[in-house]
This record gives sequence, C-alpha cells and structure tokens, in this order.
Amino acid sequence: MAVNVQEPAGEDRPRSSFIYDPVMRSILYQVLTAIIFIALIWWFWSNTLENLRRANIASGFGFLNGRAGFDVGQALIAYSSDSTYLRALYVGFLNTLLVAFTGIITATIIGFIVGIGRLSNNWLISKLSQVYVEVFRNIPPLLVIFFWYKGVLSVLPQPRDSIHLPFSIFLNNRGLAFPKAIWGEGTWAIPLAFVVGIVAAVVVSKWARSRQERTGQPFPSGWTGFALIIGLPILTFLALGAPLSFDYPIAGKFNLSGGSVVGPEFVSLYLALSFYTAAFIAEIVRSGIRAVAKGQTEAAFALGLQPGVTTRKVVVPQALRIVIPPLTSQYLNLTKNSSLAIAIGFSDLVAVGGTILNQSGRAVEIVAIWMAIYLSISLATSLFMNWFNAKMALVER
Amino acid sequence: MADLSSHFIRTEMLKPETPPSSTTGLGAWLRTNLFATPKDAALTIIALLVLAWVIPHAVNWLFIQAVWAGSDRTVCATTEQLGGIQPVGWSGACWAFVESRFTMFIFGRYPVDQRWRPILVGLLLVALLVPLLIPKAPRKGLNALLLFIIFPIVAFYLLLGGVFGLPHVETSNWGGLMVTLILSFVGIAVSLPAGILLALGRRSRMPVIKTLSIIFIEVIRGVPLITVLFMASVMLPLFLPAGVNFDKFLRALVGVSIFAAAYMAEVIRGGLQAIPKGQYEGADSLGLSYWQKMRLIILPQAIKLVIPGIVNTFIGMFKDTSLVMIIGMFDLLGIINQSFSDATWATSVTPVTGLIFAGFIYWLFCFGMSRYSAFMERHLDTGHKR
Repeated sequence: MAVNVQEPAGEDRPRSSFIYDPVMRSILYQVLTAIIFIALIWWFWSNTLENLRRANIASGFGFLNGRAGFDVGQALIAYSSDSTYLRALYVGFLNTLLVAFTGIITATIIGFIVGIGRLSNNWLISKLSQVYVEVFRNIPPLLVIFFWYKGVLSVLPQPRDSIHLPFSIFLNNRGLAFPKAIWGEGTWAIPLAFVVGIVAAVVVSKWARSRQERTGQPFPSGWTGFALIIGLPILTFLALGAPLSFDYPIAGKFNLSGGSVVGPEFVSLYLALSFYTAAFIAEIVRSGIRAVAKGQTEAAFALGLQPGVTTRKVVVPQALRIVIPPLTSQYLNLTKNSSLAIAIGFSDLVAVGGTILNQSGRAVEIVAIWMAIYLSISLATSLFMNWFNAKMALVER
Repeated sequence: MADLSSHFIRTEMLKPETPPSSTTGLGAWLRTNLFATPKDAALTIIALLVLAWVIPHAVNWLFIQAVWAGSDRTVCATTEQLGGIQPVGWSGACWAFVESRFTMFIFGRYPVDQRWRPILVGLLLVALLVPLLIPKAPRKGLNALLLFIIFPIVAFYLLLGGVFGLPHVETSNWGGLMVTLILSFVGIAVSLPAGILLALGRRSRMPVIKTLSIIFIEVIRGVPLITVLFMASVMLPLFLPAGVNFDKFLRALVGVSIFAAAYMAEVIRGGLQAIPKGQYEGADSLGLSYWQKMRLIILPQAIKLVIPGIVNTFIGMFKDTSLVMIIGMFDLLGIINQSFSDATWATSVTPVTGLIFAGFIYWLFCFGMSRYSAFMERHLDTGHKR
C-alpha cells in the first residue's frame, strides 16, 4: 500500500491510523471538496435545464442573431431597432468603453490636482481638498449619479432657453450640444502622422539616451517627442489644406438643430464617475508622494538639484512606482461602476443586456456574456499592469 | 596717553533691532500657512473668493430660502408652476418633503402599527453593538455571541413575524434605511468569516481548494456588483428545483454577501502574507494544529494589520447596498428615488433635497465607520513605531 511507504522509518513507533497522515488527509479533503463541488454544479445544471424546459425557453447563443426591436439612446456605430441583439450588445460595449475612457482621463486629472492639493503647505487648499475627499469617499456612486441626473441636469432649462456657452456649445435638459466636426478628403493621413510621430519620438528618445550614456550630453528628448507627436499631425492637417468644417448647433423655436448632442445620461454618468473616482485617486496620489522617503529629497538638494528637477526626476518616478498598482484598480473600479448606467438608462453593456434579458428571458446567456466581457477587461488590464509593474519595479542587487 | 582722535568711540547706544517676525499668534499662522509665497497667496485669494461665492449661496439655499413645513408640493413650487405659492424665481431646499416622508424613508412600507418591531430591533442592535465597540466594556465574547448568533435570530422572527401572534410582514414591504442596515449587517457578518476561509483557501497547499478559491475570488472581483446581483436575482431561481420559492430579499442578501466575501478575502490575504514566516514556524514547532495555529497565532495578528482594509470593505459594502434598487428593492436610496415620482411632492427642488438628505445619511454612517477604524488602529497599536 502506498500508505506504508509514507510512514516514517522509526519501526518501534506504533503505527497510527492513516487518517492522521497529513498527506492522506489533504488528499481526502481535496477529493471531498471536489466531489461536493462537482455534485453542486451538476445539481444546478440539471435544475437549470429542467426549469428552462418547463418555461419553454431554449438555450444557446443562437438568439443573438434575432432582431433587437428596441432603440438605444446613444450609439457610436450605426444602429436601428432592426439590428441584431449582437449588434445591440456591441453598441452597449462601445458605450461602456467610451464612458470608462473619458471618465478615467477626467478622474485622473481631478484626482492628481486634489491629491497634490492635500499635500500643499497652504492650509486652506489642503483643507478644501480634504473636504472634497471626505465627502465623495463616503457617499455611494449611485447617489452621485442621481444627483447629477435628477438633481442638476433635469432641472436645466428647456432646449429653447438653452444655456449658451462659448464655442457654440449649448446646455439644456436634453443634454449638451456642441459643434460637430466634419472631416474632408484625405483625413486618414492625420492618424497615420500621429502614429509616425509616436514611432519617431520613441526612436529619438532611445538615441538621446544612448548619446547621454556615451557623452554625458543631455538632449531634450521629452520636448522633441512632444513636438513630433503633436506637431506631425498638425503639419499634415495644414498640408492637406485644413480639411475640417463644423456643423454648428442652431437654436430653433423648440429644439436645437444640427451639431452633436450627448444625452444627459452620458453627461451625468461621466461627471459622477469622474468626481467619485477622483476622491480615491487623490488619496492614492497623496499616499504615494508621502511614501517617498524625505532623505531622497534632501539628498537631491544636497546634490544641488533645483526643487522642480527634484520633483520631476527624484520624487515622481519613485512615487509612480507606489501609485500605479492601486491606480489601476481604481481604473478598473470606474469601468465596473459604469455599469450603474442602467439606473439612469444610459445604454451601456449592462443596460442593453438587461433589456435583452427582459425581452428574451435568456438569463444564463446574458449574465455569462456580461461576466465574460468584464472579466476579459479586468484580465487584460491586470496583465498589462503586471508587465508595466515588472518594468517599473526597483531592480535591487 | 595714546591719541584717540583717530579712533571712533560710540557715544550713545544703538537703537535696538526690530524683533524678528513672530512665529506664534494669528499673524504668523496666516503668514506661514496662507501667504508663504506669492503663489500661495494667489491660491488662497482665489480659494477665498470661491468660498465667498459658494458658502452664502449654499447657506441661503439650504437654510434661509428652505421650506421647513408643509403637507404637499404647493409649498415648494413657484407660482409659475402649477399650484405653487412661492414667488417666481424662488429656489430653496424642500425640507418639508423630507419631513413628511421621513418615516417612509426609514421603514419603507412596513405597516404603521407594527413599526415598533423594527424600532425594537434597532434598539437591540445599538444596545449590543455599542458595548462591543467600546474597548473597555467587559465580556466581549458573550457580547459577540449575542450580537452575531442570537440577535440575527431574534431580529429575523421579530421583523418577519408569523410566530408568537406577530402578524406576518412580507419582505416586499420592507424598505428604507432599515433594508440598507439589514443588508449591511448581514453582509458584514457573512463576509468576514467567509472572507477568512477564502483567504486561507487561497493560501492553502491543497491544489484543488486553492484553485477553487482563486477562481471564486477573481471572478467575483472581476465583474461589477450589478452583474452579481442580477445573477443572484435571475439565475438563482433557475439553479434551484422548481417550486422552491426563494425570497427576493434573500437573493439580494446572497448577492451582496458573496461579493463582499471575495473582496474581504483579498484584504485578509494581504494580512496573512505580511506575517513573518517565523510566526508560522513557531506555531508549528509548538505542535499546534492548523486551526489552532491560525486561530491563536496568525489570524489575530493578520486581522489587526488589515483593520483599515476591512473597514474600507465594510464602507464599500454599505455604499454598494444602494445598488439593490436596480433589482427592484427599496433601500434608502431606492425609496427616496421612488418618492420623486410621487405627484404629491413633484417639484423641481424635491430631487435635490431628497438626494442631499440621502447623501447625508450615507455620509454619516461611512464617516463614522472610518473614524472608528482610525481610533481602533491607534488603540490596538502595540507600539513598534519609532
């Protein structure tokens, strides 16, 4: 028996029951767990099949090709109620990405300002930042969304009394209207120039680094890169003869005509997620900067570095290393919180899926699609972050 | 005598130097904290200007222009709007709305003559919770037993009724702050032990248990709470045999609890990983069994380390209970949100007032929890700090 092999060599020791052998025990526990788990899954599975059969609901993903028959409020790609369920889900997915992307950018900007504000020597600024953080960290995000949606945006004036902001931007209770850009011929060259600019900037920074290591002469690679990435597309744009015109929204008698309109749902979700997440980002930034040892700053001063250079080359790179992992999880939180869109009817992935669920009753499939998509977003982000972290990590001897 | 005419001899005393600027007092405080540099001064002045604009408006809107008493929307609507009594252009908080709906916000549609039951449960909760939270109060073990084992059973029968001649109250009639607190209490009571077990499972050397724990934790943490709640509310009935009726409230409880457990597991794992290896080996060398080792040596240290993380998870869960309104339950935010569509109180200032009230309640609870955790951290600190 295998048990005998596992026994210790001491022959005079009384042989104990195999139940006291840790290895056997762990195998026993695992087999038991696996059996219970598999039995549970099988039980759920058979119940589900039985319940679906009873309710006359077919299973499988074939229904995704059916006609959706509902409209969505805001779509980035062509969509009508005649489109398929699959296309509806795709519209929702793009809307999720849109609100997550814009929200992340704004939340990062506000968060960094507030976080640095909390470290300010200025008493008033640091107290104001603290109040901001303590208010937004302690109320639910859903409440913030409702605040913008029901409290602020829905009590704005009717379209005919729109609030007129500069650059032909109008604000009313149907959302935000702004001039729509119409691109002319040859526009494809501009993103191409942008990509070329990025590649050129990378090449320049590599060359500048190797030159500095060889000769000790610094080269302003940051500014050069910035000029390449921003300048090349602008030059291309000008060389093409500025193929851009605007369709301005015009205030009509009852409604605005022309221009692009983003609905109040998107605006309130975007504002709420940005403000809410910014409070958490502010705390992360503050603790990251505080975590850089004071000796680092003092050593930099002792070497004769100016305060600005000290911040840029000594404090920030070290703070970034601490800040990035929690920052990523906040970005993921924002993406997941964008699912609250369903509460105010913004057509994101969850809201569209919920509509389909109500129409077709395909609960299992819809929940599986939701989970698969959110899990892949999370997984992709954490893989990228692990790579980035490994690159940024302190290389110790 | 030497000729002193070429020398300079002072004939009167120098005037005293002006004293260095004071480092104490109001002036010095202003100078160092508000006007240290020109940049600081500019920031201070901008901030003061903003405050000077915001605070009077906020105070005016919240208190001076606010309506404090009334029985329907007329008191909060302007004459421009249908049936209003306020002058045109008026805008202020409609506290009369909150006042008239206050009991609704707390108890939901719980029958009025039975409301002593949730009140009694609330008093019991306070009576058991407060001594547990005060470090000096005696008999912590008995107290915890009463709070986490006896109290839920008593509260269950007291709230639901159907026994001892208490009329049965459907959970669909529960609502308001009561539901928020029940969800949070159950979530906390379930997620802490479940999270500890999951964290231990994830650190276990048994591959089957470890894999299952990792899959559970990562899947739940990777998806939004909404999808977990939808899963609990639409898929759970499918998973169970036909005819098993599963209360909607219970489904929400299951959803919130498993979601919180996954997050709690990761917090506890952080604590477990921070315990030096010597502690594990020391416990092993004393001949303690696995559970003795965990219960007596590892977990007390690990949990103490991660108290801020645990309380943050509690706060997150308290806030997240507001999401149950999406699956059709009326927690505090849900019932306030529902009352906006009530024609009796439909005015343009009602939603803002209601949401400010809800925000204040949520803020009080969450801020209280975070302050308590800061206090507990200081109290339990065994002084290894330099």
